[in-house]
Amino acid sequence: MTQLKYNDTLFTVSKGASVLETLLEHGQEIPNSCRAGACHTCLMQATNGKVPDTAQNGLKDSHKVKGFFLACVCKPDEDLEVCLPDVEKLKISATVSQITKLSEDVIELKVKPSEPIDYYAGQFVTLWRDDALGRNYSLASLPHTDEDLTFHIRLIKDGQFTGWVLNELKVGDKLSVQEPVGDCFYTQGNAEQNLLLVGTGTGLAPLFGIMNDAIRSGHTGDIHLFHGGLSSPGLYLHDMLTTLAKQHPNLYYHPCVLKADENMADNIIEGDLCQIVSQKIDKPVNWKSYLCGDPEIVKKLRKKIFMAGSKMTDIYSDPFVYT
Amino acid sequence: MASLYERLGGEAAVDAAVDIFYRKVLTDERVSDYFDDVDMEAQAAKQKGFLTMVFGGPNNYTGKDMREGHKHLVERGLNDSHVDAIVELLGATLKELGVGDADIQEVANLANSVRDDVLNK
Repeated sequence: MTQLKYNDTLFTVSKGASVLETLLEHGQEIPNSCRAGACHTCLMQATNGKVPDTAQNGLKDSHKVKGFFLACVCKPDEDLEVCLPDVEKLKISATVSQITKLSEDVIELKVKPSEPIDYYAGQFVTLWRDDALGRNYSLASLPHTDEDLTFHIRLIKDGQFTGWVLNELKVGDKLSVQEPVGDCFYTQGNAEQNLLLVGTGTGLAPLFGIMNDAIRSGHTGDIHLFHGGLSSPGLYLHDMLTTLAKQHPNLYYHPCVLKADENMADNIIEGDLCQIVSQKIDKPVNWKSYLCGDPEIVKKLRKKIFMAGSKMTDIYSDPFVYT
Repeated sequence: MASLYERLGGEAAVDAAVDIFYRKVLTDERVSDYFDDVDMEAQAAKQKGFLTMVFGGPNNYTGKDMREGHKHLVERGLNDSHVDAIVELLGATLKELGVGDADIQEVANLANSVRDDVLNK
């Protein structure tokens, strides 16, 4: 029987249960979100015993050495003593510098971190309102170029975090940012490779960052950006992206909606996003693809792109669900 | 003489084969239902483990793993005809990569050696 010691109390881990499940079952409060090893909200530290390697996937080496692990994917095979890490040390305070409404339900939030943060455009961070409430958001800004960190926040009806952003947060307020993670970002060295970027809703945020990073890096291959929305008001960067595509001959912007509306711009395509992508990009062999947004669409597209000849390792997607 | 795994090209060969093989099983109606996993990356990792084994590479599979890992599939109807199809697709994958008939046969023998465990016979 595997035992887990937390806060000076012993808990028995049921067969196949994770550290997170065990602690939550016993009424312990552990911050968590995706429960799939992706978001890093449930980061814990083992002070005694060794966690399985799989519980440390995606963590920095410096953190692995210190025994940090992800509680949701940690199914211990030996006794462990664990604690919540001093996350305050991982957080950097930031000041809200701008809040802009991009559409009916998307807000652009810009914050200025109190110290420089090293990141790749397209990675994501945890934004914390306070110790108890944190949510993941992708970075739409460019490191080194943009002073502020930029996020696209979709307003969720009755959402705890987004409700706070919409109703209470003002320019000058403080929040904290926890270190950037994720491998959905532009990599240097293949300037001539064609890029396929497909996102739904605020899945556009990381793609916008990746696109800008590619352009700034002098990418010469074609960059095809598909943004899917239910209807045209959901294409919240439509005008800016249309203009950008006119300025950069290798950038193609494909705005797509499930249902056309009367006054929509004439470059918007109506139809099923996956089908539109397959029709426009029928041979993605040797392309690099980035897929972000609705998990069902991401899953479907990943398969389509793979079956059409792309290498599995050339398809990147954000591991977490956009809420 | 170099081992089968070395002759085939080691891990690089497995990496080259996994996409081709996985694409084949997903398009083959005889077996695609068993491979249409929600999590393609996890599925690809499993394929990689399988290919490493049948290429004669380092692996830690035991007969018990094979039995437990496929039990739920056997309950869904996995039988000899599916294993035959996999061996066939494996051969086609290797042919595409320019592997000779003798080595393909050796890979097929390794795949067949776990048949009974896979089918929980």
